[in-house]
Amino acid sequence: MGAFLLKRTLHIFLILFLFVSLTYLLFQVTPGSVVDKFLGNPKMTPEIIAKIRAQFGLDDPWYVQYFRYLKNVFTGQLGISYSQYPTPVWDILKDRIPRTLVLFLSSRVISFYLGFILGKIIAWKRGSLIDTSTTAVGITFWTMYYPLLAIVNIWLFGFLLGWFPINGFTNPLLWLNAPEGLTVNLIFAYMILTGFIFLILWMIAWLIAKKPELSGKTKKRIIYISPLMVVIIAVLVWGFSGYGKYAWDIIYHMILPIFTLALISFGGTMLLTRDSMMETIQEDYVMAARAKGLPPKLIRDKYAARTALLPVVTSLTLSLGFVLSGGVITESLFSWPGLGRTLLDAALMQDVPLAIGAFAFTGVFVLIAHLVVDILYAVLDPRISIETI
Amino acid sequence: MLVKNSIPSGSDAKIISESLWRIRLNLLQQAWKNNWQIFTEKKIGLVGLWIIGFFILLAISHPILMAYWSSQELPPEAMMGHNKSLADVYDPIRGLDLRPGKDMMPLSHPAAPSWRHPFGTDPMGRDVLSQIMYSARIEFLFGVFSALLSVFLATLVGAVSAYFGGKIDAFFMRLADLVLTLPFLPFLIFLSSLLTLDLFKLGLVLGLLGGFGGRTIVLKSQALSIKVRPYIEAAKIAGGSHWHIIFRHIIPNILPLSFFYLMLGVTSAVMSEATLSFLGLLQAPISWGLIMNFARSFGYSFYEAWWLYLIPGVTITLFCGSFYLVGRGLDTLVNPKLRKR
Repeated sequence: MGAFLLKRTLHIFLILFLFVSLTYLLFQVTPGSVVDKFLGNPKMTPEIIAKIRAQFGLDDPWYVQYFRYLKNVFTGQLGISYSQYPTPVWDILKDRIPRTLVLFLSSRVISFYLGFILGKIIAWKRGSLIDTSTTAVGITFWTMYYPLLAIVNIWLFGFLLGWFPINGFTNPLLWLNAPEGLTVNLIFAYMILTGFIFLILWMIAWLIAKKPELSGKTKKRIIYISPLMVVIIAVLVWGFSGYGKYAWDIIYHMILPIFTLALISFGGTMLLTRDSMMETIQEDYVMAARAKGLPPKLIRDKYAARTALLPVVTSLTLSLGFVLSGGVITESLFSWPGLGRTLLDAALMQDVPLAIGAFAFTGVFVLIAHLVVDILYAVLDPRISIETI
Repeated sequence: MLVKNSIPSGSDAKIISESLWRIRLNLLQQAWKNNWQIFTEKKIGLVGLWIIGFFILLAISHPILMAYWSSQELPPEAMMGHNKSLADVYDPIRGLDLRPGKDMMPLSHPAAPSWRHPFGTDPMGRDVLSQIMYSARIEFLFGVFSALLSVFLATLVGAVSAYFGGKIDAFFMRLADLVLTLPFLPFLIFLSSLLTLDLFKLGLVLGLLGGFGGRTIVLKSQALSIKVRPYIEAAKIAGGSHWHIIFRHIIPNILPLSFFYLMLGVTSAVMSEATLSFLGLLQAPISWGLIMNFARSFGYSFYEAWWLYLIPGVTITLFCGSFYLVGRGLDTLVNPKLRKR
């Protein structure tokens, strides 16, 4: 497994390098440069233009510029944004990356879980009414024009039913009276930390439950009760700290965007799981399990679904772009201050440094996601994990 | 042992008198018939075809309607002196309805759906139905152009890299890996910050990206399975050149799969176009996404002007969905595993 992961990591670093180079190439081949904006300005004398060119390093040969660019990107020096003038690009991106990450990860986990469970069930009951109706719903959501879905969701849940706020990341009125030094980013960072601790504890519980001497019932108890305990403790801690309402405000604003984004992407996972399960069900070992007289639920979950999971995990990589595009639209429609919206705003305002920065980090983000999926795949697929032990 | 005359006597061997092209035509006809039968077994593809047919009708009828409208002269007092004929009212880009509404008050725009404007009007007073019909033609041209370009490239590159293998293959596959990791929409947004995207440029970019992307990998693996067939060997022995084998033997055999990707290509191209124009990053006279974009940038919410969101949105969904459904119908043709027999 180590060799496989090393190879994949190297591969991904190569692609990252190519990706960053491509960004530079695109920037270079498109006509015009920074100074062209001032050409129509009569106050700009040739000396000033020459000075600006020298300042931006435009007089150097392309390879010097290219290496300078590479160095800057990999050291995080992305220049200064035009549209938010004195703010460095990195400072803008630093705040926004975690938000996109949370939106993306939570909606992806929800849609994957939902899609996989539903796909498993409808494949098992193929041809029934549940199968046909759920498949139809899945295809509808999957082929639906996403902005329309988001707008209708905002109207339905935000306006008509009034369950959730229409847009934004926080309620400004609440934060106006917040104590000194309490920023959205601080609370958000602590929330991410809480989530992280939760994940680690759950993984530890999972590892403990995997011990062979434990009985099936105890295993289940450990796996299901331990996260519940952690959640209760976390809620209590947040509640007593007095910052609970701020955290709740952020969560309250997060629900609708995450739900909407999960809605479009669960269909793809569900349909794929269904197709994959259909093929697995016809395998001989499933037949053997049936012949042994094992309960159908056990065959479905432990025999068929485990194998059917693999192609679905592979598709996570392919559907990444799809979900990311959805993320941009979600962020723009819900006024969610994330990476995608930053890129969009930068593009609309021709803020080239910010656009390059946001795009480069989108690429980094995608590649890290690819690596994570690869690791997941290696863990899940016994052919890879056993081969190298 | 006596060896009898090994040449079969006249009754066994049939002299083929038909010309070659006629035989080929018959074979082609047979193949079409068979494929059509398999295609129609699943109703899903037929539904898609019906919807596409409806959109073709929509696209064709617009110029005819425009010609009819321009022949309908209007009395000057009815149109406040501005609109000379109905074409001025219903023009998808320059039109403006100045007609007084109820109580002789001027019709305020955007106006809700009515008999005069079945799909309502947009904030600039243009008829939405006319815009949707006009855009259908653009969308068809754009989608088919971009999908054709991408499938043409993907088929060619897939066949070539499967046939030659080696360095060419490695290069194109790494390129496909790179394109696959490229986040599509962020890439297009980034591109639009560097240059003004119009429909042609967007079609070109989408075609190129699709042509060197994931489709190439699938088409290549299909071509690889063709490459090892005995008839390719036979063609080589008979002295067929590389290009002859690629164009006459490999590509015709992966064409069904290419056709499948053509359908999916139209869906993804039109979806990308609609999303980009919805975000306001595309230079186009009018398109379905732009209708929604106008409504949004003029500040109308779904509650105030639902027809400006719902109608174009549903149109885009139906259009993309129809090509997707045809693609799914073709799935049975492409993937023999799914066939009943």
